[in-house]
Amino acid sequence: MKKTLRTTNISRRKFIVGTAAAGGGLALGFKLPFIGSAEAATAPGTEVNAWVVVKPDSTCVVRIARSEMGQGTLTGLAQLVAEELECDWKKVATEHVFPGQNLARKRVWGDMATGGSRGIRGSQDYVRRGGAAARIMLVQAAADQWKVPAGELSVSNGVITHAASNRSTTYGKVAVAAAKLAPPDPKTIKLKDPKDWKIAGKPMKRLDTADKLNGSKLYAIDLKMPGMLNAAVMACPVHGGKLVSYDEAKVANMPGVRRVVRVNDGAVAVVADTWWRAKTALEALPIVWDEGANAAQSSATIAERLKEGLTANDAFADTQVGDALKVIAGAPKRVDAVYSTPFLSHATMEPMNCTAKVTADRVEVWTATQSAEGSLAAACEEAGLPLEKGEVHKLDLGGGFGRRGGTQDYTRQAVAIAKQFPGVPVKLIWSREEDQAHDFYRPISQCKMSAGLDESGKLVGMHIRVSGQSINAWLNPGAIKEGKDVRQLQGMWKEPGDAQFGYTVPNLQIEYAMRNTHVPVGPWRGVNTNQNGVYLECFMEEVARAAGKDSLEFRRELMSNHPKHLAVLNAAAEKGDWGKPLPAGVHRGIAQFMGYGSYSAATAEVSMGPDGKVKVHRMVLALNCGHAVNPDQIAAQVEGSVVYGLSAALYGEVTVEKGRMVELNFHNYRLLRLAEMPKVETVIVPSYDFWGGVGEPTICVVTPAVLNAIFAATGKPVRSLPLKNVKLV
Amino acid sequence: MAKLNINGKVRDVQVEAGTPLLWVIREQVGLTGTKYGCGVAQCGACSVHINGEVRRSCSVPVSAIKATDKIVTIEGLSRASSHPVQKAWAELDVPQCGYCQSGQIMAAAALLKKNPNPSDADIDAAMTNICRCGTYQRIRAGVHMAADMAKKA
Repeated sequence: MKKTLRTTNISRRKFIVGTAAAGGGLALGFKLPFIGSAEAATAPGTEVNAWVVVKPDSTCVVRIARSEMGQGTLTGLAQLVAEELECDWKKVATEHVFPGQNLARKRVWGDMATGGSRGIRGSQDYVRRGGAAARIMLVQAAADQWKVPAGELSVSNGVITHAASNRSTTYGKVAVAAAKLAPPDPKTIKLKDPKDWKIAGKPMKRLDTADKLNGSKLYAIDLKMPGMLNAAVMACPVHGGKLVSYDEAKVANMPGVRRVVRVNDGAVAVVADTWWRAKTALEALPIVWDEGANAAQSSATIAERLKEGLTANDAFADTQVGDALKVIAGAPKRVDAVYSTPFLSHATMEPMNCTAKVTADRVEVWTATQSAEGSLAAACEEAGLPLEKGEVHKLDLGGGFGRRGGTQDYTRQAVAIAKQFPGVPVKLIWSREEDQAHDFYRPISQCKMSAGLDESGKLVGMHIRVSGQSINAWLNPGAIKEGKDVRQLQGMWKEPGDAQFGYTVPNLQIEYAMRNTHVPVGPWRGVNTNQNGVYLECFMEEVARAAGKDSLEFRRELMSNHPKHLAVLNAAAEKGDWGKPLPAGVHRGIAQFMGYGSYSAATAEVSMGPDGKVKVHRMVLALNCGHAVNPDQIAAQVEGSVVYGLSAALYGEVTVEKGRMVELNFHNYRLLRLAEMPKVETVIVPSYDFWGGVGEPTICVVTPAVLNAIFAATGKPVRSLPLKNVKLV
Repeated sequence: MAKLNINGKVRDVQVEAGTPLLWVIREQVGLTGTKYGCGVAQCGACSVHINGEVRRSCSVPVSAIKATDKIVTIEGLSRASSHPVQKAWAELDVPQCGYCQSGQIMAAAALLKKNPNPSDADIDAAMTNICRCGTYQRIRAGVHMAADMAKKA
């Protein structure tokens, strides 16, 4: 029973909801043939509204429109709906909705995209109103039945009580009547004060753990369908290169091979009965590529281009306060530094994959996506069908981190292959090597920083010039206004609210020079706050030391106009024992930065072996995300951000040779392992006056806190990443 | 053609001799709890037990398996997720995306079988599977908790 409830209903064979309003069973949904078991609650429920389906036993099924990729949004959203619904948390189940359904119902579930740490903060208001509206309707149905004013009723754990007449009923009993009522005007709904929360704000267990423990959870890569074929794909290793030809005869007789197919103009796929046979044949397939001019590109040519941008005249200043250049030039003391950060791949544990089935008038895909509506658009466009003729069956992601967002290149490829096998489901899986070779990488950049100090060591001017590749130029050129791409300066914006620069400097100039490459780039957990956090916070450390001041005190003096930034910095410093003694050989660093509407700060305790090997012992991270919906899952995200951040800091880089990516598997794209995991302490300091993100904000302070601790250990700043390339001793 | 004893059931599979055990388990046998992550024995998402030892099945060709070898996958680890590692993982909400967790659980179960009371250093040495979500802190706590549970059981 419990297990049934805790199983998300994606594994149901059918998603059929009886709606009283529609006069009987309305099949909203979609068969998921042969996926999983039919064990999850199959008794029909009543849709009270778009967010809440109530079953006769008062089980409340909460509809989830955002994607779950491990970040816990599914549980958090269910908590917010359940809080307002006043249902029994032990009887809450969840159910994904699909973009075709959303489209058919005039986007009743709103935005389905799950990126930018917006899963909860971007939908909390309307999902809470959805839960509250359902509660109001259920209570009204009981009031109507008993012919008493609704105001005389109370509700708790899905049981409605009329104390005056000593009567009670359940959500399950009144759901059908409730569904027939007109919904309340959302504007009249008063949401609870977080002080009164009983389900939200609490460290509830995740709702989606059980099937991750016994192998029964179905990821997109696990799909099986009758007659399904499997495809292995290879795109030209040089980005932008074209497929010229391939010799199908050489592999046509290999076991299981059905056909070799062209995948648009830049890739080729072998389609076979199993994926292993498809991959084996693909490796044996002679392929001729036209690598094009990009084959001349390398990490060295790219670095040169970025370096040129550090001093070029075509940068634009997003922040210009006073006259920073003049003040720095005339300052009695100045500090100058150039920093750099590399391309990074996402390396989700589940490689890119998608199953597609295409007929003359229908395209269906089964995929792991952070942008289900983006998947629908990609699938329909590739199939040449209107949106109404497509559907995306969402499966939970084996990692996202920004890789599975709106681009949907893998979904497009799967459709391009499957349309050459009409009516046959084809599952495309990328090898790890293909996944590393064709990512949308974290953009490469360099940063030139200058600061001027007066005689007393006060910071009087700062000049920041970022030169690097633009995500928007690759993915969303329309977002660049008059050639000015402010996104690359994320975390150093002057506007409050989302990713604001946290210091007041009397003369300040922050610029960006766009220097694009042939390498595809995209959002990577934390996006540009990662690089900019390193640049700003490591340089601040250099400036503090040049001023002869304590790292924390130097920052505090510049932060009085940014009380929220300052508060998390203070929280991290306090819990991180700033200023207190450390064991011999252990050094401490600190950093603060802002992104995704939330404020983050960290301390790191680091030691170094005689060989310069860095060991991170302990990290304390403070986060003000406004509202804390599930403190335990926030801690999990913070812990995860440390791992993702440290992998990048210690080892992460994808380099370019002859136009192609070099690090193609985990032997040379090394990732953090358990033995390297520091003790992580999470300090959540929610101020409850805004809604910030959780999945991404803290990663940007991980690396600078560690680098600043290394600086404390060696007396030398680290200005380029990853650390594996830096000689520390 | 190979004869494989997987989770106590003997199965005949028609497959090329060089096929990795991982893909036989996933594609011929149809047990998909064992995951593909890297194909080169780096990440451990494909971890299974062969005669009680944890092995990375992506790098074990099916030809290396004897009919008498006992293979256990995540699906065969316990009935109803009752292994102490699975119970501890549930208690601590270890998984995030969950994709690597079959392998993590198999690695942890193999560790505890050999060493019922592992130190942090033992856990460091044995638990080398990659988790990209970064659940290592909870994995460590989970191994200790599972060890305690097994002692009390």
